[in-house]
Amino acid sequence: MNCPALVLQVNGRKLEVAVSPAERLSNVLRFNLGLTGTKVGCDAGDCGACTVLVGGEPVCACTTAIGQVENCEVTTIEGLQTHAKCWPRLRQTFLEYGAAQCGFCTPGMLVTAAAFLESRSKTHDIVEEDVLDALGGVLCRCTGYRKIVAAVISAARNTAPMLAAQEQSGSTVGKSIVRLDGARKVDGTDIFGADDWPREALLARVIRSPYHRAQFGFDDLQAFIAGNPGIHAVLTAKDIPGRNCFGVIPNCADQPVFAIDETRFRGEAVAMIVGEPAVVENLDLRSFPITWHELPPVLTIDAALEPNAPRIHPTRERNLLIQGRVVRGDVETALAQADLVIESEFETGFVEHAYIEPEAGFARRVGDRIEVQACTQSPYMDRGDLAAILGLNEDAVRIIPTAVGGGFGAKLDLSVQPFIALAAWHLRRAVRMVYSRPESIMATTKRHPARIRARAGATRDGKLVALDFAADFNTGAYASWGPTVANRVPVHASGPYYLPHYRALTRAIHTHLVPAGAFRGFGVPQATAAQEQLYDELAERLGIDPLEFRCLNSLTSETPTVTGQVLGSSVGIGACFEALRPRWLEAKSAAREANRASSSVFRRGVGIAGSWYGCGNTSLPNPSTIRLGLRPEGRIALHQGAVDIGQGPNTVIAQICADALGISVSQLDLVSPDTDLTPDSGKTSASRQTFVSGKAASLASHKLRKSILELAGECECARFELAGDELTVAGAGERKTVHLRGLPANEFGYVAMAEATFDPPTQPLDREGQGTPYAVYGFGAQIAEVSVDLELGTVRVLKITAAHDTGRTINPQLAEGQVEGGVAQGLGFALMEEFVPGRGENLHDYLIPTIGDLPPIESIFIEDPTPIGPCGAKGLGEHTIIPTAPAILNAIYDASGARIRKLPATPDRVLEAFASSRKMRGRHV
Amino acid sequence: MAAYFRPETLAEAVQVLAQTGGTPLAGGTDVFPSLQGSPLVGTLVDLSRVSELSGIEVTSEAIHIGGHTTWSKIATGLSGRGFDGLRSAARQLGSVQTQNCATIAGNLCNASPAADGIPCLLALEAEVSLVSTAGVRRIPLDDFIVGNRRTLRRADEILSVITISRRWEEAGSSFLKLGARRYLVISIAMVAAVVRVEEKQIQEARLAVGSCSARALRLRELENELRGQRLRPGLSAVAREEHLSSLSPIGDVRGTAEYRRSSALVLVRRSLEAALETIDR
Repeated sequence: MNCPALVLQVNGRKLEVAVSPAERLSNVLRFNLGLTGTKVGCDAGDCGACTVLVGGEPVCACTTAIGQVENCEVTTIEGLQTHAKCWPRLRQTFLEYGAAQCGFCTPGMLVTAAAFLESRSKTHDIVEEDVLDALGGVLCRCTGYRKIVAAVISAARNTAPMLAAQEQSGSTVGKSIVRLDGARKVDGTDIFGADDWPREALLARVIRSPYHRAQFGFDDLQAFIAGNPGIHAVLTAKDIPGRNCFGVIPNCADQPVFAIDETRFRGEAVAMIVGEPAVVENLDLRSFPITWHELPPVLTIDAALEPNAPRIHPTRERNLLIQGRVVRGDVETALAQADLVIESEFETGFVEHAYIEPEAGFARRVGDRIEVQACTQSPYMDRGDLAAILGLNEDAVRIIPTAVGGGFGAKLDLSVQPFIALAAWHLRRAVRMVYSRPESIMATTKRHPARIRARAGATRDGKLVALDFAADFNTGAYASWGPTVANRVPVHASGPYYLPHYRALTRAIHTHLVPAGAFRGFGVPQATAAQEQLYDELAERLGIDPLEFRCLNSLTSETPTVTGQVLGSSVGIGACFEALRPRWLEAKSAAREANRASSSVFRRGVGIAGSWYGCGNTSLPNPSTIRLGLRPEGRIALHQGAVDIGQGPNTVIAQICADALGISVSQLDLVSPDTDLTPDSGKTSASRQTFVSGKAASLASHKLRKSILELAGECECARFELAGDELTVAGAGERKTVHLRGLPANEFGYVAMAEATFDPPTQPLDREGQGTPYAVYGFGAQIAEVSVDLELGTVRVLKITAAHDTGRTINPQLAEGQVEGGVAQGLGFALMEEFVPGRGENLHDYLIPTIGDLPPIESIFIEDPTPIGPCGAKGLGEHTIIPTAPAILNAIYDASGARIRKLPATPDRVLEAFASSRKMRGRHV
Repeated sequence: MAAYFRPETLAEAVQVLAQTGGTPLAGGTDVFPSLQGSPLVGTLVDLSRVSELSGIEVTSEAIHIGGHTTWSKIATGLSGRGFDGLRSAARQLGSVQTQNCATIAGNLCNASPAADGIPCLLALEAEVSLVSTAGVRRIPLDDFIVGNRRTLRRADEILSVITISRRWEEAGSSFLKLGARRYLVISIAMVAAVVRVEEKQIQEARLAVGSCSARALRLRELENELRGQRLRPGLSAVAREEHLSSLSPIGDVRGTAEYRRSSALVLVRRSLEAALETIDR
């Protein structure tokens, strides 16, 4: 459409843009003006990522028509440096406090914070409540908000900087250096999936099933293309040159790129429209020529297990994808002989990852190769699946991960990639695609809903003797990571405790719902929410303090796990509970005092829960390879294929390398993940990057150091320094200097190079689930303090105290960020998050915690080093979410007597549980 | 992409609306989210340039709030404790970002059962003025909103002014919103209370409950029962379940119907107490 030019004032510049005045401001900023620092997370005013200032006031650019801001002063993240006096200070505190993780919400957060600070004539008296009210409209899924609050308060009060650790050559491990990719995140210059595309790129949109289950047939596709000038192609299953099937677990791969004849979940793709962006963008997809016939779907585990239930996959009897099993000792006899046995059932629902960055990217064909630049957690797995889909060799596929605006497991599976790759391959044009928020929620994987039945037995003096645990997981229409969940849960369902008798049986069951896959913890958070509540009930009935009960039963380095593994070292669970004891006692007495002092309907309570989590794949190979090279200019290139989704490997792995090499991190050049440039560092999942890729980096660094010293003919005991192209080595004898530019370079351009691979030593489990599933486990325990409104059932979390055994904390601030982010997601899982397919496909019906929902979080790190990990370190990312929900649920019980067996503990459920607990007590009296 | 008109005056705006049958675009915070991936089609009549529609005017009898006044302006631009509840609602509506754009007329015309602005304005017995080329009509808000996203606004009308009697200015008032999180939340239930007290005796009480019916409702029987009551501790217990019998809450992802009913009663009592507390001070 030809539009008269609108006059805009953006970041102090006067501009004329010819667009429809009805266009969203966010689109004009990003597409017409190239100001991609403004992010789009929901297109509905629900997330605040697109916040810009109009006349100095924060507004969502996605709900503002460009015509409404003509001649108004618009300020974006790119303009803050010249238009906000507070900017230098605010930018600095965001960096120093680690307030940005993935960085996707960061521009919106900073713009909002800047407006808030600029609106106050005095800022030194700003208190936390003011900051919460000001920033309440911007959602963050990574940080747990606390570091953002701290950074804004520090900027407001102009307090002394947090003094980011001064980095010294060779001693950066253990120090909170500012994340190395932090500057581009706070400046809004990091490139996410939707932020980069060739100018000539076409746009793709997918046609998806509106029904849980339906047959479909296309009408006249050619007529549709002909009737819509600008559409270049409609692609369907028959256009797939290779295999119309993908999946993260090769022997279970079952998901088509495009369904054929029948769809298995609401949101499943059946066809794709590719064409000129302006045309495709404005297409009403309801006009697509397709006829649907809705079929009766199988929506629940019970329905799926019915003998006459339709089979969702013909080869999978009773809709059973897989079963998991770990058995040790004799559970039945032990439970029969136990002094006390408690049995209970628990239920959890689908949980959405709700990263603020919707899936996005572009693909282009380069000769007979395809290049895909998109957000992903698993570039090498993407490469394998895309090669199979396109019928190409793997080396004909290049994956270039962008910055990832949060992943948490769902960006392990393919999303936009097969569509853009297929379209670019056929059309020989670059093709881009950005999922809408509803599409992202509808079509990507979720946390598995679980139905858990468990019986636990203990002796009179508080020793656990047996746990009988059975869990059914609704794995949805396709396998995704269902097998991983079904196999990981039985290993972990005991909790970090010694259980002489144990039986854990799991099933992953298909339904006609969105595929459930990987989400922080792979099923363990669901299992732990049940198990830690059950143990609390045991402790209560035995009259033993919940913390002491857990101390009494904690695993040690000598006691075998439920798979019979004796860990030998780095079992920090006992130390975690010990570290929490002072806070536990304080919190208990504070809650008692508060409840005694007041007869109000607000009751305080305290709860605790423990957790453990095996780092890396369960009994499967899981290698990472890291390459390092010395450039003739005297800098060291770190080929780091571990995708940083905000959790920090870009920094942590560099710290490990710097120390092992004896240099400063500033001497490292990071070569970011790219399947053409970086060796395979595996996927960012299972809390494995610090542990596995970190170890590979450590090994590669030691090898490179040796090679560098050999350049000067020195042995390993010598030290080296790099200054420009001058290598100076100080060994036993005199100092030697080598000019690097004079040395021959290898095929990569390096004068010295090293590559190392680490694969954690594990062993397969036998038929009873006995063996060595993981080389190391991380441990953790958390205390939750809550206030429950007994009339409304609302729960306010007042404080979380978290103790985690990291083995060795490489970067304490990043580690705290993982704890706080995990706690935030655990709090959401406990209190508000449940995705109901067909409803809640947006961020105002699907609720995640806002900045006002997170309490202060205190992190305590236990460092019980593992001899296997780099510098003694283990993984942390997933561990942090696991104890949060059960700690909160136990605290709700402590406060109110309401035991929550169905998550989330929404106000109506808490009130109902409270009412029935009161009735129960009434009966007992 | 939709056709777009940007009138400068109210007269021009109603003219355009009459000619095009377009959709009035106020703050955009309902128009854009409702698209959900579909293109914006039809005609938009952007009211942001119509200066007559913005701002708050106080006359001897009444307070007149221009339809295009944003919730941020309402939060800061109204004085009098009778409007504490309305200001509180303004600050709890969506987020700061929403409050800076969303307008009072937009909230009323969109008429969501969970519209944060409606209970307070019902309790304040607000009236709305609707302007078209045919003239102006003024009707009570309680009549204007007829159901779930249904109002008496004809397609050719613009809600120009919200009028509130100044008799409420010094009343006690409160607004309580119950949701599953702190910010950016659609309420499970919400209650507004406005109470006029003289000599420790309730002269007039107005209570309205939102999110518990197709539209927010006044609790007239309770209001009648409260009239003449002397202030005393525990007065809020006057509110009983039967006073809420006109509500017809639904069960959804945010809460069950029973929960809505029981929490509404709790909120009614608490908001009454809170409103009275502002007078005691």
